Amino acid sequence: MSRQRTYSAVAMSVVAAIVAVLSIGGVGQSLFSEHDGTLISTAKAAEKNSSVADASQLFSPVAAVLRHPRCMNCHPRDDRPRQGDDRHPHLQNIVRGEDEMGFVNGRCTACHRDENSQHSGVPGAPTWHLAPLSMGWQGLGDAELCATLIDKEKNGGKDIAALVEHMTKDPLVLWGWTPGGDRTPVTPPHPQFVKELTAWADAGAPCPATAK
Amino acid sequence: MAFTVTINGKKTSIDVDPETPLLWVLRDDLKLTGTKFGCGAALCGACTVHLDGEAVRSCQIQARDVDGRDVTTIEGVTGEASATPVAKAVQAAWIKLDVAQCGYCQPGQIMSAVGLLTQIPKPTDDDIDKAMDGNVCRCATYHRIRAAIHEAAKTI
Repeated sequence: MSRQRTYSAVAMSVVAAIVAVLSIGGVGQSLFSEHDGTLISTAKAAEKNSSVADASQLFSPVAAVLRHPRCMNCHPRDDRPRQGDDRHPHLQNIVRGEDEMGFVNGRCTACHRDENSQHSGVPGAPTWHLAPLSMGWQGLGDAELCATLIDKEKNGGKDIAALVEHMTKDPLVLWGWTPGGDRTPVTPPHPQFVKELTAWADAGAPCPATAK
Repeated sequence: MAFTVTINGKKTSIDVDPETPLLWVLRDDLKLTGTKFGCGAALCGACTVHLDGEAVRSCQIQARDVDGRDVTTIEGVTGEASATPVAKAVQAAWIKLDVAQCGYCQPGQIMSAVGLLTQIPKPTDDDIDKAMDGNVCRCATYHRIRAAIHEAAKTI
């Protein structure tokens, strides 16, 4: 009895201490309120919070690249492609059109060819076109941007592997790192970006929980 | 390097550097000088021609891009024999409304108007704004161009 009482007292003390520490840190209340109040669920919640923090860190460098003008200019949330580092609307009233390739007479391929023009400086890469409206990123926080990126309903049915493939091998995407002329290349260098992208993908492509 | 291209319905052989802009192939090699040089940077529309029926800036299209394809220039839409009904309607409307002032941009304007009316026979003002915005006119004949496109649309 005495030994049992001692174990119980110790156990109660440990529980009380843990609850006190968590409460002092301001974490215990939210963890317990979200779950059933057991220590096991608290640990899971803590783990979840930790992974959310990791997710945010893993996606941040990816988001920074997606927000670069070389990427974002063709991912508008309206029907106007953008130009330049200041991301002004495309001159000549160029608009999206029904197939993301421009309206009549203002088709992307009317001027943008498979490579940069050495004569005029007009940029070019294979399949020059706008991203679909569902993949408009302008103004999105990290959480929304990430959620949009991985949503197959919005991204053209791409799973995570296909997304990585797109950002690793698509010539139009790669153009962003070698845009030529006086255009600012995407940073960091593409190999480093691929490492960061792969790290995020290998972790299950987690998205930050809240908008940044 | 030799290329074969159908220009205004006629199969034509050209032997030029593959990177030669189509504009210079047309003007210098084939003497089709109706297509004008304006800016050389896809900013003005003066050099507009059709490539496989679609308006393009010939200053940006290279010779290698047109191998085996169809190119239509202003000469191809104004000839009585070769002009399509849309092109004839545009030409008649342009003359009726006396659209041109100095005329330098007009080959490009007409090629874009034909391109628009071929795809959208009854364009709205918004359609016209979007489809013709890439063609600059220093004489500012834009109102007459818009009116002429509507006029041509009535007869198509």
